[in-house]
Amino acid sequence: MNVNADPHASPSTYPICSVCQKMIFDKEPSRSIHRLYSTGPSSFIPEEEVRDSIRHTHTRTHTNSLPFFLCIQIVEAWSLDMWVVEPHAELLLAELCSPTGRLDHLTQVMGLHPHYLQAFLRCQFYLLRRDGPLPLHYRHYIAIMAAARHQCWFLVLLHVQEFYRIGVCLEWLKGLQYANEKLRNLNTLNKILAHRPWLITKEHIEALLKTGENSWSLAELVHAVVLLAHFHALASFIFGSGINPDTLTPVSSYCTCELTGFGQLEQDILLSKSPESELESLLERMRRLREEKEEEEASEEEMVIRFEKEKKESLFVGSTDFDDQMISPSRVSRFVEDAAFGYQDFARRGEDNPPTFRAQDYSWEDHGFSLVNRLYSDIGLLLDEKFRTACDLTYYNMASREGVDTSMLRRALFNYVHCMYGIRYDDYDYGEVNQLLERNLKVYIKTVTCYPERTTRRMYDRYWHQFRHSEKVHVNLLLMEARMQAELLYALRAITQYMT
Amino acid sequence: MCRRYQKHNLIQFLQDHLNIRLPLELVVMEKMTRVSTALGSAAVGGKTMFCHLDAPANAISVCRDAGQVVVAGRNIFKIYALEEEGFTERLNLRVGRKPSLNFSCADVMWHQMDENLLATAATNGAVVTWNLGRPCRNKQEQLFTEHKRTVNKVCFHPTEVHMLLSGSQDGFMKCFDLRKKESVSTFSGQSESVRDVQFSMKDYFTFAASFENGNVQLWDIRRPDRYERMFTAHTGPVFCCDWHPDDRGWLATGGRDKMVKVWDMTTNRAKEVYCVQTIASVARVKWRPEKKYHLATCSMMVDHNIYVWDVRRPYIPFATFEEHKDVTTGIVWRHQHDPQVLLSGSKDSTLYQHAFKDASRPVDRANPEGLCFGLLGDLAFAAKESLMAGEAGRKPGYPGGDRRYPIFFFKKPDVTEQFAQVSSVLSVFEAPAGGGGGGGGGGGGVVGGVGAGSCMDWFVETARLYLLSGKPFAELCDHNAKVAKQLNRPQVSTTWTMLRIMFSEPANLGSSTNHNIGKLGTLPLLNSFSMKELSSGLNERNKESRQDNIHNLEINVNNNDVDNEETEGSEGQAEYVFGDAELDDDDLYSMEHDNQTEEPEYTLPQEAFPLRHEIMEQPAAPELLEKAESPHVSGSEAESSTGGGGACLTPSESVSLISVSQLLFPPHLPPAFFGPVVKEMLAHYAEQGDVQMAVSVLIVLGERIRKEIDDLTQEHWYMSYIDLLQRFELWNVSNEVIKLSTCAAIGCLNQTSTTLHINCSNCKRPMNNRGWICDRCRQCASVCAVCHHVVRGLFVWCQGCGHGGHLEHMRSWLRDNTHCPTGCGHLCEYT
Repeated sequence: MNVNADPHASPSTYPICSVCQKMIFDKEPSRSIHRLYSTGPSSFIPEEEVRDSIRHTHTRTHTNSLPFFLCIQIVEAWSLDMWVVEPHAELLLAELCSPTGRLDHLTQVMGLHPHYLQAFLRCQFYLLRRDGPLPLHYRHYIAIMAAARHQCWFLVLLHVQEFYRIGVCLEWLKGLQYANEKLRNLNTLNKILAHRPWLITKEHIEALLKTGENSWSLAELVHAVVLLAHFHALASFIFGSGINPDTLTPVSSYCTCELTGFGQLEQDILLSKSPESELESLLERMRRLREEKEEEEASEEEMVIRFEKEKKESLFVGSTDFDDQMISPSRVSRFVEDAAFGYQDFARRGEDNPPTFRAQDYSWEDHGFSLVNRLYSDIGLLLDEKFRTACDLTYYNMASREGVDTSMLRRALFNYVHCMYGIRYDDYDYGEVNQLLERNLKVYIKTVTCYPERTTRRMYDRYWHQFRHSEKVHVNLLLMEARMQAELLYALRAITQYMT
Repeated sequence: MCRRYQKHNLIQFLQDHLNIRLPLELVVMEKMTRVSTALGSAAVGGKTMFCHLDAPANAISVCRDAGQVVVAGRNIFKIYALEEEGFTERLNLRVGRKPSLNFSCADVMWHQMDENLLATAATNGAVVTWNLGRPCRNKQEQLFTEHKRTVNKVCFHPTEVHMLLSGSQDGFMKCFDLRKKESVSTFSGQSESVRDVQFSMKDYFTFAASFENGNVQLWDIRRPDRYERMFTAHTGPVFCCDWHPDDRGWLATGGRDKMVKVWDMTTNRAKEVYCVQTIASVARVKWRPEKKYHLATCSMMVDHNIYVWDVRRPYIPFATFEEHKDVTTGIVWRHQHDPQVLLSGSKDSTLYQHAFKDASRPVDRANPEGLCFGLLGDLAFAAKESLMAGEAGRKPGYPGGDRRYPIFFFKKPDVTEQFAQVSSVLSVFEAPAGGGGGGGGGGGGVVGGVGAGSCMDWFVETARLYLLSGKPFAELCDHNAKVAKQLNRPQVSTTWTMLRIMFSEPANLGSSTNHNIGKLGTLPLLNSFSMKELSSGLNERNKESRQDNIHNLEINVNNNDVDNEETEGSEGQAEYVFGDAELDDDDLYSMEHDNQTEEPEYTLPQEAFPLRHEIMEQPAAPELLEKAESPHVSGSEAESSTGGGGACLTPSESVSLISVSQLLFPPHLPPAFFGPVVKEMLAHYAEQGDVQMAVSVLIVLGERIRKEIDDLTQEHWYMSYIDLLQRFELWNVSNEVIKLSTCAAIGCLNQTSTTLHINCSNCKRPMNNRGWICDRCRQCASVCAVCHHVVRGLFVWCQGCGHGGHLEHMRSWLRDNTHCPTGCGHLCEYT
């Protein structure tokens, strides 16, 4: 049985995608694509680094037990429930669960942070395979729809394969218009959630839930929303870390640019700053902020202004590199309707902005969790665990320094993403964001969260030069979780409004 | 608890730590409070009333004399006076052109001793105190900005004027002396955010703090270095806690896990004494004054009501206030000695005063009876004792075969108890064991009320023996008819036969079975019945069977009796039903009453012959079908009609009747013609509880009928049948049904949890799913450990060591040996 038989892959059609051609031939015809790590799990991260660290994780956690020992343990227990008991078997669990029977690249890269990986896999496993309101093939199809919004070939392919395994309604794979109406109705929610979640209103929810032939139940809708948010965010992570598709897919079938952008590496930027100075100055700024906090307190107006400033400033970040109108043609387009609908800044110049979302009025911990858990039992716990792990994850070091409290930096990253989505925390001083996140990092953050398909190797390389790759993956995890939470908050708030 | 300071050392401590210099006043104050509150309680009266606020409220607090209430929220901070007729706005504390975030309140508390003193917790991390006695418009007195994150809760000390406690998202609690500019002590919970802080009402130094990670900590205000005690109260955040106003040891906590728990803190370990399960996460909990066991809760999401619980009866709220349209965010009892009036603020921008007399009492509306079926027909029934006593007095005819186990629950009467006296009886009716043959009702056996489907053996047997696919249609029908007949379900058997007749191609039909064609002529209808059997049966057994039927009628009513129906009764009945299905007018007549789909002709006089002639004018099939299903209309109904009307059927008559109808039977009818009728019949079977029949026919008929029935109904039938099969652990059958179903929703049922993960037996690594070659060690994983050949077909292996091989080889090996044939040393077990 050949599971990855995708009749639509049509490998020969797009040896190099047209975007790439445009880039290469129009703009910089002389430059060649170089230094792409196209064979490893990620095109941004050298293969050895990933593999080493996975090996390290194993040996760190189980000094005298080889992975294969764990494997036997799992098989003996013969039940997937056992991973609750044996947390370090996560990697192997992933291996067991993945359709290819080996660790896929995503898991390998995420495996740089095994604690997080555990929470992530547990959650994803529950979403896709455990009992839930939606039938299995719906789940994978929703995953395909979500990933297709960001043209994430990696995820689309993975779930097309999964969909094949289930083997029902295969004609849906021909494209969105072949799917049943119920799923097509979800498309509006999908596209808004993916690009401008703040536009979701209770009318959207109402439209889906209104009684009729193809109506959704509340539980199904919540399941779908969680799936959508999960895969949108995961697409961010995949592009942000430049994850390569698994080797099972014929390598020749896609243009690397789809995942990596055009990979010109500007060496001069690398060398422009001395590595030490960058780290030093960041640490210095963090120290200063900590001290300042105890000394002076900014006035309220000042705080509001700072938030608005960050919000506004995020407008100018990043959007310079690309034409806004450019829609890249791709093989996933059959799962996308209204492809022109893309990201627009939350705070647009000279327009009426939607009101700021006050985090204290609708928070994940208090409100989102309760709603989600009520309608789709236990997912709340898993998501909570995942958010918590991502936010609290720290190794107390930055680059070469050890014993650093990174909480300030992590919070800045998390809140900056929420700021771009118009979510404001009353108790956060957005001046910190400005102090801690340099412009290049902001460009990267903005790109990865808002239009991940445009992430390039250059963006990845241009910030935090002397930080380890695993730290950059950590950044990515934070961005992914922040994005997911923001989407969920908007969607769940709309559902709550619908219910009251 | 480490209490280094004794009572007389209090003064010393206060001077040392908190700079409180008026120790004597303190004691006096405490006494004064008592006096004044006792007096005040008489003055409070109240009715249900409300007022609109301009913005959603986050918290409310009431002043000590119950005359005023403060409402705080993101965009509101006002004081309302409580008057007899309604609320009147007294003061707006949000002043200034551009209100700062310090006004955005997460919590507010009115000092219980000083009427002018308020404290608020701001979402930006500030703790603000307000003095209403200030002459200018801005009443803000002090501002503490020591917390880095949102402050979730502020709490004044119940007896100490200047002491204020705050708990914040940053995980710290701070104690402020209001005469100083900054906090006097900081308590670090060493864990996540603090959600609530509450001073103990009775222990001067103690306060409780609840945390987002589910813990509750007890602190001594004098010892900021570490907590006195910590325990995990909930899974997930503990949103609120409240000390019992009278009982010093009791602390109520409410959490996101939808529970309210009451803890006894006097013992060494905090002990959970009561637990109330609500339907949504608990945002606030407040003990009801003067009622030892009552507390009020409101929830944070989804549910807008306020509940008052008696903690001893955790399953149903004692009282409910349902006025709010959005989540209730703050509740407070109006006066600390008045249990009748509750104030609440809500996200729907209203402030309510609820009077207890207007509360709804869910217990009055609750259904006091409970009824539940067991798998094998057992029935449990619980009801109020009074109700059951009446029932027992009437001596209902519970059949002798059933056993009753009355179990009585009594509650001790309690003078303070406000719930109505309750005592209930639980009765369990056991179905008679081994009923065989499914009661007198035959096919629709499950229907007849208490204990009717007493034995489900017929169901299990039928499920096992039915053939649903794999043979030509006609054979399947025949087989199933035979199965049904063997199990004494003649109606079902007849239905199968009918179906075969209706949907088989005429050509097929001729060749398919019948030996009696010659004898009976060309009538397809009777093909499957042996005329000989029929006549002899009617001849010999008519009387007998009549008696049996009468007997069965009784049985049916009584729903018991195992012995009677096993003998000829059942066989006689088979004939009977046949005759019945064909021509019995009385039966038709009786159907008219309970089957509205009847066509008008059937309402004609019940004389046999005219009616028959009417039928002759019509294409016969629909009636025949109607009749075929008639016995199932309801077991007892059919029986009674046959019992009454069967007498007119003499053998000769019945034979002649059949021969008459033979002639009139149209030779060819398109199968589509039968569609609506079959559909009705299936619906009828399903309605009667015999969903097995409906699904089986659906599968066997396949495309012939599928279009007739809408998908939802089909899905529903399938689901019910599969559920039943799984309850009886008929996994194979249920899987076959799933496989044969054409509904998408059913088809993916067996897609869940079906992944089989395989490891290579050589290298122990997981195999990918492409064949049996391990792509790591390049070996075939499915080699028999005994004969070393590749196994084709059944491969059996030990789940312990992963080795295995041909089923036969492994079986014979393990018959003589206990170890694995590969020599890996594993003690394999073959079961």
